[in-house]
Amino acid sequence: MSRQAFSALALIRRGLSGHLGWQKQWRKAEPKGAYDAVIVGGGGHGLGAAYYLAKEHGLTNIAVLEKGWIGGGNTGRNTTIIRSNYLFNESAALYDHSVKLWETLSQELNYNVMFSPRGVMMLAHTVHDIQVFKRHVHANRCNGVDNEWLEPEQAKEFCPPLNIGDNIRYPVLGAALQRRGGTARHDAVAWGYARAADALGVDIIENCEVTGIQRDAGGAVEALETSRGLIRTRKVGVSAAGNTSVVLSLAGVRLPLESYPLQALVSEPIKPIFPCVVMSNTIHAYISQSDKGELVIGAGTDAYTSYTQRGALHINTHTLDAICELFPNFRRMRMLRNWGGIVDVTPDRSPIIAKTPVRGLYVNCGWGTGGFKATPGSAHVFAWTIARDEPHPINAPFTIERFRDGYLIDEAAAAAVAH
Amino acid sequence: MLLIVCPYCGKRPEIEFTYGGQAHLARPVRPAELDDQSWTDFLYMRTNTKGVYAERWRHARGCGRFFNAVRDTTTDHFLCFYKTGESQPTPPAAAARAPAENPK
Repeated sequence: MSRQAFSALALIRRGLSGHLGWQKQWRKAEPKGAYDAVIVGGGGHGLGAAYYLAKEHGLTNIAVLEKGWIGGGNTGRNTTIIRSNYLFNESAALYDHSVKLWETLSQELNYNVMFSPRGVMMLAHTVHDIQVFKRHVHANRCNGVDNEWLEPEQAKEFCPPLNIGDNIRYPVLGAALQRRGGTARHDAVAWGYARAADALGVDIIENCEVTGIQRDAGGAVEALETSRGLIRTRKVGVSAAGNTSVVLSLAGVRLPLESYPLQALVSEPIKPIFPCVVMSNTIHAYISQSDKGELVIGAGTDAYTSYTQRGALHINTHTLDAICELFPNFRRMRMLRNWGGIVDVTPDRSPIIAKTPVRGLYVNCGWGTGGFKATPGSAHVFAWTIARDEPHPINAPFTIERFRDGYLIDEAAAAAVAH
Repeated sequence: MLLIVCPYCGKRPEIEFTYGGQAHLARPVRPAELDDQSWTDFLYMRTNTKGVYAERWRHARGCGRFFNAVRDTTTDHFLCFYKTGESQPTPPAAAARAPAENPK
């Protein structure tokens, strides 16, 4: 189908004519009886996988099923931080694959995802932090990932609101800076992938919950039972974040996942004051400023597993304690709203992008507290895995079997991830 | 914040407790005889239930003891609390006790 392309000229022309005549960004598709492949979960990872299946693997008779509305889960609930400064080779390859795709994603999709490589600075507050971050800097360089060590004064220069004085409980002793890291507009990622996939013929079906997975005599996937009828397909890619355990249990597949609430909050909007992303794992805070002007602040996971998409206030106040110490000039700001999403956490805090023991069933899960940054890369290699029935070299280590075989990718112990 | 009823100390706020994950995971009796898949199941696989879930809590900033609770993970309402070593109360009894123990 023909698609209006976005350009400066098109914006001016539509603007002069009262913004009438814009097309819907994607069709409201009705489920067909059968597809060549079905993606379960209409977040960034799922929509992206559908886009790459259609674009790079020629599978256009496919659908994305979303039980709510697209981008309404963790894609619309995260703090939009993008970085790739992970310790291990496997992680660095996966996350940097993603950062490279981010850099050209707006052009690729003809949709402005507002990728802003403004720099991600991770603060060190203890001697252990300094040692770990310097180790990260060296490991990253070996993997071709940019990361550099800053002394406190350099950190202050990069982020002027930062308090590097010794009047706080855990003074800033230095920082690791990834200049290629930054943020993007989370909703635009879902919408951009949806629009681009739709243009290639992908059906995006909202309000359609998977309630059963039918298998043939050989055990392979045959059809999906959904709240909107039976859909026949031989390939199902599940990209359902916090609900992955629930969907996979329909086929009897067990996964090493636990689902936790993860909260975030934003302040009232203010003029541009905050030039980068700052993360502190030790005192548990991360912060950036959105283009709307809100300070976007991430808190930690709640203590217990839950599917409620909300958490407790003391988690947020704990994070704000740290923010107020690091950035004393934000002390009198008011917070506008907070919310939670459900994140699926693996024991080694690395994702699973793999085939399952059930033929025709693939899973992309376990992103825990940091899945947004990986959206394009994850979607790209997941599409490859589904189309070719074998993993891309980048996601080959991220199997379910690694927990049995002892090949953990233990980013949890590496303390690079905020959780 | 959750209100949690420690079977030893009574009703206390969540910040006094640490979470202990899925309850009733018995350590293998003869670990040397387990194959890799059984170890994987014991160490890593969790039901991650959406619904009624038996879990462990520890009253870390109180009596320090572990105990079990049954909670609905779709609402975070507790259905009942019981001591370690006791078997999980049957669902109807648990549901009947819910209103008294989970004021919200």
